[in-house]
Amino acid sequence: MNKTWNNKAWFMVLPVLLLVALSAVIPLMTVVNYSVQDTFGNNQFFWAGTEWFQEMLTSDRFWAAMGRNLMFSAIVLAIEIPLGIVIALNMPKSGWGVPVCLVSMALPLLIPWNVVGTIWQVFGRVDIGLLGYSLRQIGIDYNYVNDPFDAWVTVIGMDVWHWTSLVVLLCYAGLVSIPDAYYQAAKIDGASRWAVFRYIQLPKMNRVLLIAVLLRFMDSFMIYTEPFVVTGGGPGNATTFLSIDLVKMAVGQFDIGPAAAMSIIYFLIILLMSWVFYTVMTNYDAER
Amino acid sequence: MLEIRNVSTLVGGRTHIDGVSINLERGTLNVLLGPTLSGKTSLMRLMAGLDRPTSGQVLVDGKDVTGVPVQKRNVAMVYQQFINYPAMTVYENIASPLRVAGKDKGAIDKAVRDAAALLKLTPYLDRMPLSLSGGQQQRTALARAIVKNAELVLLDEPLANLDYKLREELRAELPRLFAATGAVFVYATTEPHEALLLGGNTATLSEGRITQFGPTVDVFRKPLDLITARTFADPPLNTLAVQKVGTRLEIEDGPALPLPPNANGTADGSYTIAIQPHHLSLSTPAGEAIALKGRVSIVEITGSESFVHLDFSGTRWVMLAHGIHQFEQGDEVTFWLEPRHIMVFDAYGRAATSLAEAA
Amino acid sequence: MARIDLDHIRHAYGARTQKPAQYALKEVHHTFEDGGAYALLGPSGCGKTTLLNIISGLVQSSEGRILFNGRDVTPLSTQERNIAQVFQFPVIYDTMTVYDNLAFPLRNRGVAEREVDRTVREILAMIDLESWTNRKARGLTADQKQKISLGRGLVRADVNAILFDEPLTVIDPHMKWVLRSQLKQLHKRFGYTMVYVTHDQTEALTFADQVVVMFEGEIVQIGTPAELFARPEHTFVGYFIGSPGMNVLPVTLEGGTARIGTNEIQLHTAPTQAPNGTIELGIRPEFVRIGREGMPATVTKVEDVGRHRIVRAKVEGHEVAAILGEDDEIPAEPRMIFDPAGINLYADNWRVETAR
Repeated sequence: MNKTWNNKAWFMVLPVLLLVALSAVIPLMTVVNYSVQDTFGNNQFFWAGTEWFQEMLTSDRFWAAMGRNLMFSAIVLAIEIPLGIVIALNMPKSGWGVPVCLVSMALPLLIPWNVVGTIWQVFGRVDIGLLGYSLRQIGIDYNYVNDPFDAWVTVIGMDVWHWTSLVVLLCYAGLVSIPDAYYQAAKIDGASRWAVFRYIQLPKMNRVLLIAVLLRFMDSFMIYTEPFVVTGGGPGNATTFLSIDLVKMAVGQFDIGPAAAMSIIYFLIILLMSWVFYTVMTNYDAER
Repeated sequence: MLEIRNVSTLVGGRTHIDGVSINLERGTLNVLLGPTLSGKTSLMRLMAGLDRPTSGQVLVDGKDVTGVPVQKRNVAMVYQQFINYPAMTVYENIASPLRVAGKDKGAIDKAVRDAAALLKLTPYLDRMPLSLSGGQQQRTALARAIVKNAELVLLDEPLANLDYKLREELRAELPRLFAATGAVFVYATTEPHEALLLGGNTATLSEGRITQFGPTVDVFRKPLDLITARTFADPPLNTLAVQKVGTRLEIEDGPALPLPPNANGTADGSYTIAIQPHHLSLSTPAGEAIALKGRVSIVEITGSESFVHLDFSGTRWVMLAHGIHQFEQGDEVTFWLEPRHIMVFDAYGRAATSLAEAA
Repeated sequence: MARIDLDHIRHAYGARTQKPAQYALKEVHHTFEDGGAYALLGPSGCGKTTLLNIISGLVQSSEGRILFNGRDVTPLSTQERNIAQVFQFPVIYDTMTVYDNLAFPLRNRGVAEREVDRTVREILAMIDLESWTNRKARGLTADQKQKISLGRGLVRADVNAILFDEPLTVIDPHMKWVLRSQLKQLHKRFGYTMVYVTHDQTEALTFADQVVVMFEGEIVQIGTPAELFARPEHTFVGYFIGSPGMNVLPVTLEGGTARIGTNEIQLHTAPTQAPNGTIELGIRPEFVRIGREGMPATVTKVEDVGRHRIVRAKVEGHEVAAILGEDDEIPAEPRMIFDPAGINLYADNWRVETAR
């Protein structure tokens, strides 16, 4: 549509533009700066060109961390999306149960990320944690501090606990917007429970599911606080994700150049993924 | 006066409005009649200033307002859906445009109470819109449009979501409600019947173009082309391809009809004739008439009238006959037609009357 | 197909209640004959959709029983009742093709694919969507979508009844004519039991053999279109059916004469019993003649609606509408005559029997 022109519109977007400039563009330019420079301290910088990028892209350490990130995101999505749908499908549509369910679902989302980490760090401890101690008592050899597999289980369990609610809430919003007539028609057409899900609920949830996948992918790909608090990236490098590695490199080893290069690559990947999702979503809309 | 000059809109490569020009006078009721997607809503959005045309101009009292946004024009709009502020009482809903305009309290109160009285909403002023019936909700929306005292009032199928009988009542009230304010009224509808009941002027729309504009009854009785005649017929128009030979209209494998007086002076050749369903009858009319034969496919009875669907010369015709007539499928019936009721259109769909006048 | 008996059905939404006013359906006791075409006609909120949903099992009535061919189906679910229903707004399965949408109810019931194909193609031809067969349903316009919904309702030949809930609301006027006459032809051909809910008198009268007029949760009259037109049992029926509705005027009765102010109207027949309560005379605009004889009338407005004109006039201060032919004249000093054949008498809104 050709909307009528109105100059006031620009004043409306101005604050957002300023905010984005201050919070995103300017820091990003600093990082870009670092990624093409080398320094030996004393505030002396030298031009390094694409050296850091080449180093990063050929380093095993980078690719190992990247692999862990992708693996983590894949597992988390594979659990949270179906689980979120199942929970949303079984939530009440009306009555007093609705606010109860919604509030209890929203609770994990309200807890600060480092607190979530701390909760699970304690929760999983084999000496005093409810989870760790109980698992030990029933004879399961569980110890996230020493065992890489247990560390992964703990980190994934934590993420599922923390974020499935988001998927549930999004799906629930999609489900309640389906008019009653659709369910009535399905009954009359003799549709099975599965057919109702497959041909009515899933198509109507399509959009929110895409948004859920996008949000959960980006969030899980950027995961930092929780595993940092729980495992600190260990045991060994088992749960060292890109973000944790980045901090180790920049703050621990003070390799600002490679760290900057890495964060730009990291940023570009996320940008690429978001673009893919965006294209899929808008194409889907255009098809409607 | 609202003037639309040669306006077109293209959206994503598709033409929504195609070279529309129309002048609407103050204090008139103008109906936009056409099927879904014929461009009624698009045209209204252009008039309101919600959209900007790709080409052409919109003028109010001779002043170009093409690019002026809706906020700066004095426009009121009522939609098919009942749109009110759900968290405000009916009173506050009606008062809202006046509050925005910064009117003083006493003036607002008077205007709201007058409008409410006019629309029979006085007992509901303290209620919330969603607790009211559909008719009352739409009355609230209409009251809001009235108090605004707009120069242009756009009504986009405002009665479509209401009961038949409620529609009848509101439809009768609408012209009266708006007549006093001296604004330009535009009313979009898909129903020919509704246009006729509203009266005023009618513009028939088809595929983004205005096919004819004039006093409603004139457009109905003297359509200038076949598309207009079809748009303005309910039940659907009866048509048939004929060959004009001298003063006769010959039907393939059928009888010949006399040429109606209004089509004198047209050249011989292929034409399409059209007859309104109520101009066919089962009894002999008083004037000169021709008898035709057709086969009944189905009869619909409304209580006082019968819609007799006929197969006539290979096409489906509908006759609106007075009284109740029961026929079985396949029955042969004789029906009558007065030649003066035959409308003749040439191969391009132009009315022979206008061709004869032009010649 | 089945005969449907509604055995003392009452329904209230929400909590159980004793107050009659809270019943959405007050008491419905009626039989829909096997193979009949019925319309439930009334304003919104009269309980017609509730009644339809009780028949299909989407709503469980608070009281009463439903029988299909004498078998009690009250406790059965919608699926088990084996009915088809078409809703007011199109319900389509977005992700399926047009073909699959129509095949869906058949496949769900395990019909053989050859039979599915034959039926679906027949319906596609009927609703004129053959060229869309393999297109995804979501790109269609509202009336095409509604045609699919209609098609899905007609696709199963073995249903007990086909129920329609204002199915033509979103359809353009011209398409309405086509679909309505197709439905009627279909009914004639296959003899389905059809129940059609609408607020539109034209749809109800043209579709149904028997029209059930409902008002405030009750059935006010059941009859053929002709009966409803000529002998409305209640002034509401007179008002609701006909456009404009019946004129209702207060009168005083003196044997075979009705008196409006100073005017006397000779009745065809006198009431069999002297009625009590408020007496009114009902006459449809179609039976009001305007000419040089009769009661003096003041014409307030003439509406030219194309095929005829509606004359609004006042007689003794009462509004009277009359229908005038396209070519008829209104004299300078108009007078009115009520055609005795079109006169009905009402006492407290219910029709008074007269000797025939």
